[in-house]
Amino acid sequence: MIDEAIRILTFQAGFNSAVVVAGTAALGLAGGTVGTFLLLRRRALVSDALSHATLPGIAVAFLIGAALGLPGRSLPLLLAGAVASGVLGLLTVQWLVRQTRLTEDSAIGAVLSVFFGLGIVLLSLIQTLELGGQAGLKTFILGQTAAMAQGEAIAIGLLAAGAAATVALLFKELRALAFDPGFAAVQGWPVARLDLALMGLATLVTVIGLQTVGLILVVALLIIPPAAARFWTDRLSVLTIAAAAIGALSGWLGATLSALLPKLPAGAVIVLVAGAIFLVSFLFAPARGLLAVGLRNGRLRLSFAERRALAGLLAGRPVDGPLAWWLGARGFLRDGRLTPRGEVAAKAAERNRRLWDRFLADYPALVPAHANWGVDPIDEVLPGDMVRLLEERALP
Amino acid sequence: MTLSAQEFLQIDFPALLAAVLACAACALVGNFLVLRRQGMMGDAVSHAVLPGIVAGFLIAGTRETMPMMVGALAAAALSGVLIEAVRRLGRLESGAAMGVVFTVMFAAGVVMIEQAAARGVDLDADCVLYGQLETILWLAPTGWGSLLDPAAWAAMPREVVTLAAVFVLCVALVVLFRKELTITTFDPALASTLGIPAGLFHYGVVLLVAATAIAAFEAVGSILVIAMLIAPPAAARLLTDRLGVQLVLSVALGVLAAVAGYGAAAFGPLLLGGEHSLSAAGMIAVASGLILALAALFGPTHGVLGRRRALGRLRGAGAVAAEGRSS
Repeated sequence: MIDEAIRILTFQAGFNSAVVVAGTAALGLAGGTVGTFLLLRRRALVSDALSHATLPGIAVAFLIGAALGLPGRSLPLLLAGAVASGVLGLLTVQWLVRQTRLTEDSAIGAVLSVFFGLGIVLLSLIQTLELGGQAGLKTFILGQTAAMAQGEAIAIGLLAAGAAATVALLFKELRALAFDPGFAAVQGWPVARLDLALMGLATLVTVIGLQTVGLILVVALLIIPPAAARFWTDRLSVLTIAAAAIGALSGWLGATLSALLPKLPAGAVIVLVAGAIFLVSFLFAPARGLLAVGLRNGRLRLSFAERRALAGLLAGRPVDGPLAWWLGARGFLRDGRLTPRGEVAAKAAERNRRLWDRFLADYPALVPAHANWGVDPIDEVLPGDMVRLLEERALP
Repeated sequence: MTLSAQEFLQIDFPALLAAVLACAACALVGNFLVLRRQGMMGDAVSHAVLPGIVAGFLIAGTRETMPMMVGALAAAALSGVLIEAVRRLGRLESGAAMGVVFTVMFAAGVVMIEQAAARGVDLDADCVLYGQLETILWLAPTGWGSLLDPAAWAAMPREVVTLAAVFVLCVALVVLFRKELTITTFDPALASTLGIPAGLFHYGVVLLVAATAIAAFEAVGSILVIAMLIAPPAAARLLTDRLGVQLVLSVALGVLAAVAGYGAAAFGPLLLGGEHSLSAAGMIAVASGLILALAALFGPTHGVLGRRRALGRLRGAGAVAAEGRSS
């Protein structure tokens, strides 16, 4: 079992499995890159309406194919149908939001369920017609890598790589769109067309993901990798690359796992792998993870309490409890009195506090947003001449 | 096409009744989701309950409804807590937080179903998605006369009884807390200053939606539940500005969608010469979509055409006024 896993992970378990795993990893990569901009544009759930809306198109395309006498299910035709009805669903959401007073969440929910309902009706119609090849249609709902042929996997990989490359090419434009669409429009960027391009890329990723992940869960490929990557960084370029990496990793590990356990639907496995990566990022990522933020807040609180206590000791107010123990451990306090080292630290803290007080009172408009006022050493935050000016005013 | 009274009462009547009750209950509570801009909450909850349903089924080992409903309610509450945790602690926008939580929980449910199937347990993702409206049978009636027979009514299938109870509960809660629901929906800040706990009502609404959705799943499936939570209230919102009217109207439109959709699915193919009926849950969702589309196009004041006409009239009045001033 372990040997088998390693062989699939390192692409040595036969050409077919290697192609499927690589194609799924490329799909995850594309989902991560495109999803990053959907997340920043706050349109993450629009793609949910899009993916559910593909079902009636798939069913209609199947009926057309059967009427034309095409053998079995013809994948390009089915996917063309998926694109057509997915785009129709997207346009309906936009029309409802722009033309009526319904909010976006209601429009998404209505389109998603009504289009999917229509798809179910058409599937039940196909069932009664007893046409050949209809068994494959249901795999679009929950996904299946086992059903993927080599050529299909290669096509998925190439299209996914193309989507990711398009994002890389349009990076500057999409960045302007994501952060300040109004400014981008004033600067002369074609904002409406860029939005269209972004939704087009989301459509592409959704449709090529239908077979592998299924239309209910394909939205996870667009949402989870960028949401997980968001905990690791505040920089857009790093965020995009991290989301791509997390998406690719989810696809790679998920496809491997589902090759090992062919009973499990591939889409669900890929989403669970992505969810596990999200959980680890949420808890332990150094930039915005829960643990890191908690530690940072704790450290800030401790340093604030320490400075207050030192200033109090200088003024003759005694300190007790855990804070006294902490000051003792730091070598600032012995037998309830400041040590020489403690006195130096206390005077520095007192000076820092007075200068900050003066600064906040005299120049409230100049206060920098990124500093912790009153705690950060003022010499490191403000320029030297300002500190000297404050010293003249604040210190006797 | 021939349809005997007995056949209709045994097969179609209980299914239709279940659909009508489910649609009415969902449409009523859906109003508050639509007005609070939480339309996607219905979507998130109805995906996230899947692992709870499967777990309830596996732990109890029976197809009894109670353990599955308890599991579903627990999963719904868990998803609510997780979404809020990811949104607040992770500082993600609520759409993304919902997307992460409900897809992962749904995926977990799918994997649990497949694992159970491997051990020979018969459970199907399909019945959660599309429901099993067609399998609700009422064997008691023998003809139209049975509608007046209390003994026959007592043999009504359990799904219908559950849905009727849920509908009555929803109506009672909405009537009882009408004032509080109105004020916390439109102005939570004002509600707080008046001493009404807006946060409590927020969770109360989500919990009521979850309970209604879960009761309706078994009969009509999650897709129809999402459609019914959103489409009839959204259509009613386009037709009126008064909350009371909107509530009544949305229930009426939900019932209309249920009757029209069920009729089209069950009898449409027969009329057209087909032999099998179509998916009733899907068809009811389509009917509700058509109602919403009609309201969006032809609603008197908020419909697209109505607004265009009003705008045209305004322009005409403006032109007349300008002419009057210049002459």
